[in-house]
Amino acid sequence: MRMETVAEVETKLRELAGVLLAEGKVDVVIGYERGTLPLRTTPCFIREAEAAGKLVWDATCEHNLARYLRSQRGRVAIVAKGCDARAITVLLSERQLARDQLFIIGVACQGVVDRRKVQAYLADRELQQATLAGAQVVFGGEGWQESLPLKELLWDGCLTCRQHTPLLYDALIGEPLAGDSEGALEEYADVAALEAMTADERWAHFSSELSRCLRCYACRQACPLCYCPECFVDQTQPAWCGKTDETTDLITFHIVRALHSAGRCADCGACSRACPVGIDLRSLNRKLIKDIKQWYGYEAGLDPDALAPLATFRPDDPQEFIE
Amino acid sequence: MMAGTDAGTARLISKNGITALLEALIGEWEVLAPVQLREELAFEPITHASQAVLDFSNTTRPSKNAIFPPCEVLFRYDGQEVHEPAFGRERVVFAMRPCDARSFLLLDNVFSGPPSQDPYYAWRREHTYLVGLACNHPSSTCFCSAVGGGPFDMRGLDVFLTDLGEAYLAEPVNARGAAFLERWAGADSGWYQEADPSAFQRKQELARQAERKLQIGAVLANPLVPSQTQERLESQYEHQLWEALGQKCLGCGACTYLCPTCHCFDILDEADDGSGRRLRLWDCCQFPLFTLHTSGHNPRPSGKERIRQRIMHKFRYFVANYGEIACVGCGRCVRSCPVNIDLRYVLSDLLSDQGQAEMTMNTGQCG
Repeated sequence: MRMETVAEVETKLRELAGVLLAEGKVDVVIGYERGTLPLRTTPCFIREAEAAGKLVWDATCEHNLARYLRSQRGRVAIVAKGCDARAITVLLSERQLARDQLFIIGVACQGVVDRRKVQAYLADRELQQATLAGAQVVFGGEGWQESLPLKELLWDGCLTCRQHTPLLYDALIGEPLAGDSEGALEEYADVAALEAMTADERWAHFSSELSRCLRCYACRQACPLCYCPECFVDQTQPAWCGKTDETTDLITFHIVRALHSAGRCADCGACSRACPVGIDLRSLNRKLIKDIKQWYGYEAGLDPDALAPLATFRPDDPQEFIE
Repeated sequence: MMAGTDAGTARLISKNGITALLEALIGEWEVLAPVQLREELAFEPITHASQAVLDFSNTTRPSKNAIFPPCEVLFRYDGQEVHEPAFGRERVVFAMRPCDARSFLLLDNVFSGPPSQDPYYAWRREHTYLVGLACNHPSSTCFCSAVGGGPFDMRGLDVFLTDLGEAYLAEPVNARGAAFLERWAGADSGWYQEADPSAFQRKQELARQAERKLQIGAVLANPLVPSQTQERLESQYEHQLWEALGQKCLGCGACTYLCPTCHCFDILDEADDGSGRRLRLWDCCQFPLFTLHTSGHNPRPSGKERIRQRIMHKFRYFVANYGEIACVGCGRCVRSCPVNIDLRYVLSDLLSDQGQAEMTMNTGQCG
């Protein structure tokens, strides 16, 4: 059977969104529309069937739109990639969303573009336009044009992703993708590199990365699972975390945030992609994800009925660490 | 401006000469230059000329940090004793873009205007020499010429460098700059060469090219007139755009923390029994905490009010207070917004004659 093209998926997506709105099944469709810069899309909130034609679907749909769900009223349809659907599943299992108010438009995703890989590839050249043509990305600037395979520009997380096709959806656009059980890369190769470091090396790595943090909190704000009404860094009585740009304070914020998402993080990478200075935030989460899987046989967002290991107590839990 | 102005004499400094000049400077002053920090460029103190990146589009972080740091200790105290911070050596910000230089002039209104003088800011301003670098290749996200600046705008700088390929044309912009060049690139320095008319012709050609590039496909085709912009925005307080933007905006501070003109700050006391310190930290109008009252009431309860405040402050209130638009068109917010909220389109929607009827892409509202 022939694979559907991205354009065909996009057409179906627009049709479905139009029907959902026209028939009054939902009040809003949260999706992506074309952005203002090359290789950028921007989240959009569509309330009229006639506007569904604005929706786009391709490898530049990088945002995890699940972060918008909690603030929406009424019945909401959302375009969800595999990782986005995992985040939605976590939100559902944490009782943050009403399932009957939600219509998940699952889209099988082959990975999203990493803008930083594009920038690294371009070096000093300025990208003025770019188009996705099948498996190629065609770049253009002042007096030059060239193309590169899309797979060389994909977000690292997409290369180890095992859930390209959403596990949870009300409608699936596009056919399930083959090879979901195995990613393009060995699943925890990046974590192995981190584990191979000495404790001092790891500390040096994280200190140097996190010392560049602006404290803009784009990571937290982009994360669908960072939904505390008041973040611990914003609390003043007591002040859990200093407010300065000193490395100690910056590291405290990021480590506590990572630990708070342990066993919950769906590894969508929204935090890292949102970071305006390109801090490697994901590696903090990746180690935790691996440990949770290894110790508890649990991966966040795969099963809405599974108990979250760090929010559950069983009397027969092994407790060797106390003895 | 031609050679031999009142300010002093322009000169040519070879690329090697710039390296030598930087090395000489580093020995005596604190030199802040664009430095590569992984994938971002930021102004950092350098200890060797080779650390300075002089071939770039624009820095990720603005030069603002050099005169208004994200976090500074105002004083420390220990019992009854108060210790004010000791200021350091003379400093130079090297290779800053004209947009960043304009931001310093705008910030001066706030921190060293008639109503109030900020001693910390004033010290840095007085003891920091500003060496600008002409913007030969403005980025497609740049719009300096739409907000009163330009890629070859010398205002606010002491010395203006133009990369002519094989050498830099170094022009003193004021007496400070002339003195700077006399001291660091004087006739006896070994890297002094008088600029001939062809250097100025070359510069003018580069300036024309840069201006032309800014015009091509410019989202803001006409320069914003401060008073008209202010007046227009006065009637846009209830524009439906704010709701749409507030819905999309993540509420992070990427735009404000990379903005060369954002200047809101918070004062914080860190106390430990009888000792402690008082800090000044950047604050951000996009955070709920920015306006949260002690009572629990928040006059800007959602993204709608916060994003409106940010834009109104820059394009309306600042104009009302100081007669100028508080935006230099560097495009950092455009490039760094995680959800691609593009200030240029927001402005063009707000300022368009169609008013509420017409909204372009990217402003978040469909249907």
